[in-house]
Amino acid sequence: MADASAKQVLFEPIFSNNPIALQILGICSALAVTTSMNVTLVMCAAVIAVTAFSNLAVSLVRTQIPGSIRIIVQMTIIASLVIVVDQVLKAYAYEISKQLSVFVGLIITNCIVMGRAEGFAMKNGPWLSFLDGVGNGLGYSVLLIFVAFFRELLGAGSLFGVSLMPVVNEGGWYIPNGLLLLPPSAFFIIGLAIWGLRTWKPEQVEEPDYKMSRHVAKEAF
Amino acid sequence: MEHYISLILKAVFVENMALAFFLGMCTFLAISKKIEAATGLGIAVVVVLTVTVPVNNLLYNSVLREGALDWAGLPNVDLSFLGLLTYIGVIAAIVQIMEMVLDKYIPALYAALGVFLPLITVNCAILGASLFMVERDYTFGESVVYGFGAGLGWALAIIALAGIREKLKYSDVPEGLRGLGITFITVGLMSLGFMSFSGISL
Repeated sequence: MADASAKQVLFEPIFSNNPIALQILGICSALAVTTSMNVTLVMCAAVIAVTAFSNLAVSLVRTQIPGSIRIIVQMTIIASLVIVVDQVLKAYAYEISKQLSVFVGLIITNCIVMGRAEGFAMKNGPWLSFLDGVGNGLGYSVLLIFVAFFRELLGAGSLFGVSLMPVVNEGGWYIPNGLLLLPPSAFFIIGLAIWGLRTWKPEQVEEPDYKMSRHVAKEAF
Repeated sequence: MEHYISLILKAVFVENMALAFFLGMCTFLAISKKIEAATGLGIAVVVVLTVTVPVNNLLYNSVLREGALDWAGLPNVDLSFLGLLTYIGVIAAIVQIMEMVLDKYIPALYAALGVFLPLITVNCAILGASLFMVERDYTFGESVVYGFGAGLGWALAIIALAGIREKLKYSDVPEGLRGLGITFITVGLMSLGFMSFSGISL
């Protein structure tokens, strides 16, 4: 991908090569932090920052790293960046950082970060790698925000904590769908989102593992 | 004793790593097409968790936590911000050591686990368990039990999913939903099943 234009690198991952829907990367945190929009946005910002800067840093030192210990070097770079993000969140957004609990720390093992550092930044220049990091972070964010939008709107009748559809308990008319605040709903929404995305872009459909052979009428001997 | 049993049951069923906290999802979805592979990975996760969580617990309590360095004459040092870096380092090192030990002494098990061991370093269930251990302030004994239980729960979930997917491949799924999409929906339904444990208090 040496001649890939900057624009392509930045926008490709958002729909055409979405990290969650197609590359099966970074699903863990996608599900746990999507009950409300505020928390989700903070998480997205954290992930974009970490992917972008870890890609940049890995790309800058890529010619110096001996092949056999590259994973450990990447891990150390990523872990240091995550510690910075974690400390910043604890200082300026303590409430949200409490809600995110262990999931900020888990950005380290978020496969998007590792996957892009290993798959893209090791082979490309710093500027393109930075853009690739931002692009993949955005692709991750788009899906996360999509999921969080439905979960918060239908599950609690609000967006960003502002009540849009007044719920019955507070004298309104909307009966919130409690299921959407529970973990399983995130799986359903992502599953359906993937269905929608693949119907829109049919080239992403997977080949079936097993095909029924055609029915052939044979003479019995 | 009773305390430990309830802790293990809680870790396996009520707070299942994969289905209640979504940890280790990437490998969970990627390596669940065959039961044999899923079983191998499941065992590897149980072993690694049972070792790493207690080791991280020792490190946290004797080096990182505030006031832990009292014995060295540094009572006011709080190194807990280095936690993340330490845990991931410990996990990577232990996985590497385990690979070498298994290769030398138990080649049969090494052959069975083979490709899965390196994958485990980046499995968020492993790091997640260590972080939960710190957040919930487990003692050493509790951390051994918790590590084992969390691993067992994860292994159970991935083997169950692999069983379902082996049957599922014969079904006629709508085109866009094929593969990843239907797997997500299946996991959602499994997770719904596991929710029924959540009312149990031990």
